[in-house]
Amino acid sequence: MLLASASIPDALTFIVAAAIVIIGALGVVLATNPIHSALMLVMTLFGVAVLFVEEDAQFLAAVQVIVYAGAIVVLFLFVIMLLGVDRPDALAADRHVVQRTASIVLGAAVLVEVILLGGGHWTTGARSVSGSLTNSGSNVSILGKALFTTYLLPFEVTSALLVVAVVAAVVLARRTDQTSTGEPEVGEVEATELRAVRTEGAVIVSRDGE
Amino acid sequence: MTVNVSWYLTLAAILFTIGAVGLLVRRNVLVMFMCVELMLNAANLTFVSFARSLDDPAGQVAVFFVLVVAAAEVVVGLGIIVAIFRRRPGSTADDAHVLKG
Repeated sequence: MLLASASIPDALTFIVAAAIVIIGALGVVLATNPIHSALMLVMTLFGVAVLFVEEDAQFLAAVQVIVYAGAIVVLFLFVIMLLGVDRPDALAADRHVVQRTASIVLGAAVLVEVILLGGGHWTTGARSVSGSLTNSGSNVSILGKALFTTYLLPFEVTSALLVVAVVAAVVLARRTDQTSTGEPEVGEVEATELRAVRTEGAVIVSRDGE
Repeated sequence: MTVNVSWYLTLAAILFTIGAVGLLVRRNVLVMFMCVELMLNAANLTFVSFARSLDDPAGQVAVFFVLVVAAAEVVVGLGIIVAIFRRRPGSTADDAHVLKG
């Protein structure tokens, strides 16, 4: 059924990549060590990138490897090793048997529903009138034209989102409980008092007695 | 001929389900976060499949935006996780259920 409608190389590529994706995803969930989960996540992301190439989305495949496997998973591994939580976290150790059973049952129900929806003839849509996606230029030029003409405003909003994320990361990562580190310096106390005076809106008087 | 789009949608459904069940089953915050990434990738696969089957580049543009939002989300989420772990080492998702320091 799969091989009937597709050529042999395409079908083989799809089968191998799908196996990589599913094995990696199961590894993410079932691995007891978070580092193994992160490495399995890399495997899944590479499988998805292969599927992107198979579906004529070459630019997205490259970005998938660079951003996801290169940046996001490295960030995960960095946090895991920074926090030292790489000791085995046994899946069987927690006691939420009812919750786990319910989640697996619900997951199976969702899977059946989505496969029925995707396999049926309900997934319809209007085909684009601008011709085939693969014959009207390279993938990068098609994506770039769409991104900088039709979707220019979302693209600019994205840059604002990235700035907000950078600021949020800096704010979250700063250590704010400075009082617990020891006695503050005398100059710090004076600076704090001056700041308190300034925030009350009073006239700031120089402490040197001028 | 390439593989029919239904197979890609089925694979994306399986991937999404594995991610969702993993998010519900695991208690480690970092692994739960990775399961969110699995679900995002399943949605990306669906977008690209429809972009190919309908000859519309909008699906690929959507995946581009999802990648950017995922990167921002990971940065902020890992910052929150680091802040939680700094206060309570070795905590799981159950220890943070009050959402209060």
